[in-house]
Amino acid sequence: MSTVEVKEIAPLLTVENLVVEYPSKKFRAKPFRALTDVNISIGQGETLGLVGESGSGKTTLGRAVLGLAPVTGGKITFEGNDISHATRKQRRTLSRDVQVVFQDPYTSLNPALEIGDILAEPLGVQGMEQAAARKRIKELLDQVGLPSDAIHRLPREFSGGQRQRVAIARALALSPKLIVCDEPVSALDLSTQARVLDLFLQIQKDTGVSYLFVSHDLDVVRHISHRVAVMYHGEIVEQGPAEVVTRDPEHPYTQRLLLASPVPDPDRQEQRRADRHRLLEIQRQQNEQAGVPA
Amino acid sequence: MSDSVETAAVAAPVPGAPFTGQTGTVVRSTVGQRLFKNPLGLVAMAILLAISLLAILAPVLAPFQENYSNIAKTLAAPDSVNILGTDSAGRDVWSRLLFGAQLTLLSALLCAGVAIAIGLPAGLIAGYYAGKFEAVSNWAVSILMSLPGLIVLLTIRAAFGPSVWMSMIAFGILISPSYFRLTRTAVQSVRNELYVDAARVSGLSDLSIIARHIFSVVRAPIIIQTAAIAGVAIAIQSGLEFLGLGDPTKATWGVMLSEGFKNVYLNPTLLFWPAFAMALTIGGLVLLGNAIRDALEDGEKIKHRKKAALSTTAAPAAARTVPAAGGKSVAAVDAGTEHHLLKVANLGVGYPQADGSVKKVVDDVSFHVDRGEILGIVGESGSGKSQTAFSILGLLPDNARIVAGSVQFDGNYTVAPGEERVDQARLSKLRGKRISYIPQEPMSNLDPAFTIGHQLVTPMVRVLGISKEEARKRALKLLADVGIVNPELTFGAYPHEVSGGMAQRVLIAGAISCEPDLVIADEPTTALDVTVQADVLDLLRELQQRLNIGVVLVTHNFGVVADLCDRVAVMQNGRLVEEGSVRDILRNPTEQYTRTLLASMLEGKTPMSMLVSSQKEPVA
Repeated sequence: MSTVEVKEIAPLLTVENLVVEYPSKKFRAKPFRALTDVNISIGQGETLGLVGESGSGKTTLGRAVLGLAPVTGGKITFEGNDISHATRKQRRTLSRDVQVVFQDPYTSLNPALEIGDILAEPLGVQGMEQAAARKRIKELLDQVGLPSDAIHRLPREFSGGQRQRVAIARALALSPKLIVCDEPVSALDLSTQARVLDLFLQIQKDTGVSYLFVSHDLDVVRHISHRVAVMYHGEIVEQGPAEVVTRDPEHPYTQRLLLASPVPDPDRQEQRRADRHRLLEIQRQQNEQAGVPA
Repeated sequence: MSDSVETAAVAAPVPGAPFTGQTGTVVRSTVGQRLFKNPLGLVAMAILLAISLLAILAPVLAPFQENYSNIAKTLAAPDSVNILGTDSAGRDVWSRLLFGAQLTLLSALLCAGVAIAIGLPAGLIAGYYAGKFEAVSNWAVSILMSLPGLIVLLTIRAAFGPSVWMSMIAFGILISPSYFRLTRTAVQSVRNELYVDAARVSGLSDLSIIARHIFSVVRAPIIIQTAAIAGVAIAIQSGLEFLGLGDPTKATWGVMLSEGFKNVYLNPTLLFWPAFAMALTIGGLVLLGNAIRDALEDGEKIKHRKKAALSTTAAPAAARTVPAAGGKSVAAVDAGTEHHLLKVANLGVGYPQADGSVKKVVDDVSFHVDRGEILGIVGESGSGKSQTAFSILGLLPDNARIVAGSVQFDGNYTVAPGEERVDQARLSKLRGKRISYIPQEPMSNLDPAFTIGHQLVTPMVRVLGISKEEARKRALKLLADVGIVNPELTFGAYPHEVSGGMAQRVLIAGAISCEPDLVIADEPTTALDVTVQADVLDLLRELQQRLNIGVVLVTHNFGVVADLCDRVAVMQNGRLVEEGSVRDILRNPTEQYTRTLLASMLEGKTPMSMLVSSQKEPVA
């Protein structure tokens, strides 16, 4: 933040050679390595889609950026500052710029607090006055398309999509520069998912915020991202422009992923199924030739 | 709950119109209301309030000082001056009872206060931070709990003299582990909740996170625990004093009890009054604790007067299907429908609510499935698709009622018209043998305590009546059939040793193990990774074709529908909006709702374009 020159050249967030390890519960056992040598960067107003299967480490990467996962090696830089081991106090300053939307809208809001109190929380931490905070909350509810009488209601009075809107409003409260979105639409119904994706796009258009968008669904990632990174077993195996990675992938895993997601038409799906079987057969033969056991 | 909001926002049902999808709302009462409705809770609160008032007003109400003695009038019977008589030293029993209440209640509060002051913060810290503090405090707690309480109290009495306060502070410390454990467990259960993570990202300090987000979880259990502990404290303290270890210069119920016991042959009522006061107070505390616990637990008793309420909604539908509603004997199905493997006609499912109304979740749903056919039921969450599937299986919750319609399987009713509940005797003959089930969450549907082999073999031995050895052979073959590379290894494995996709294959193997005619698959691939989903879909298709079974596939994913199904039924708000062949529905849907759903699919859309915002729609 100190040097203007650096800010203009460097991307908003860079992650270099990141390693995350969780200590094993067993005595003297090897720690569990969740991320190996991860490199990504996100520019201003850009969306990086992060796709991979469960257990591939994509959520861990998001949590490491937020300071919720232990960084064992490598470096996370935000606006030129190293934040890999930020203290609680630095995090509090950082929370103005980096925010989060979690997957499960049912557990990410405290069931005992009113919506107004949930939204006031980040504002209060930054020392905003009550009256100003109230005004900001009204703006936020308007921005995410919720009625202003939502302030005095409890999370349980809302549907999943509405709760996710509250979570998005909380993330937007401090006008952050980067929002880590951890599977924000996975728990939502199809039509709700479409509306929430629209909301994400609209917010980016209006505020120029950057997203690190984690999802297991290639269709979602293709729809919302400028660039896409594919994670597999804790490593990034492919990274590039969304159009390229999601239509004409290079890595065998991404190719499999692309053909695995079914399309809503019986005949085209039959075609895709055949393509997938052909691809699996080719990859199996390649593996055999390379001497890799199936 | 949220359903009422959702329904109002999305569908805006026509008010007053009968049979328009889901009707009624979930009615809940607050904790306070439930507490006041509970007669035991009300009585307990009244007793405790009265005793507290008497104790507070003791200086005003008591005619004598606690130790004022009239030597001329010992062990007197009740009269107008001493309304409960006097004790062996000529002291007024009523006055001593009032002052005793003051001291006894205060000392019980002191004990609970000390225990909370130590146990609660320690439990919060240990639960939230874990690590070293938790390890150390666990040791301390174990030591405290292994100390023999009564001996410690006697030692303290010997060291510090007969003080009520000292003994209660000591007892408070001794009993603090119960608060510690309670708090720690409650905190551990919410420590990793996402809203705590969100608060951390917002930059909240640990102290405010604990105060705002974590303390609220332990509040209720602490109140319940305190009611119990206060009762125990009174009992322990009085016990010590009864043994003659109390302070004879102070009037407490325990001292009075001790005094009364000495004169039990001369005047037994001296023993009765303090014992009565103690029993009343301790009983009140225990009952209050129970009442609060009952009020907090969500299990509300629905009054069984639903007959009248239900018959009004059930009658028209039942009358429509079969004019002469079947009595005890199962009616024969309508002629011309026997060839359908499964036929659901005008099915309605509802839940009676606390206020006597019925919340309908499925309304007027009809469809059929033939052998060798896959029917997809598509809908969003809360559309009633799973409830429909469960009523076919007879696995609805106990409080659910079939409010209308019928279900028939292979020419026989499983739910005959006019029946309110699924007949378990009729269905248990079919379930597992002819109708089987593939669940959504593979992991939670396998028992972690048994090996996969055991869980496959047991049902086969029971249902097919074959020997264990034969069942084992079949299980191994089934595992190979569902594409598991090393069946022997998986057969001996425990559920936690296999992946989610593998577990789903095991469950599919289990579902087809008894050669069913109909398989109900409830979102069978939703919990799986996309690549694994594709494999499981291939497996389902291959098995279905080979075994020629009928399948009801419940899903929200049109891709899965396109991949597997022959016909599709679309559900919204408990109603079937559209049904037809997969090509018709996916390509030329006639209903607006189906079109909206299909328009929400991302496949084939221009990236970064708005999906629905062009149409002004109500907020999801």
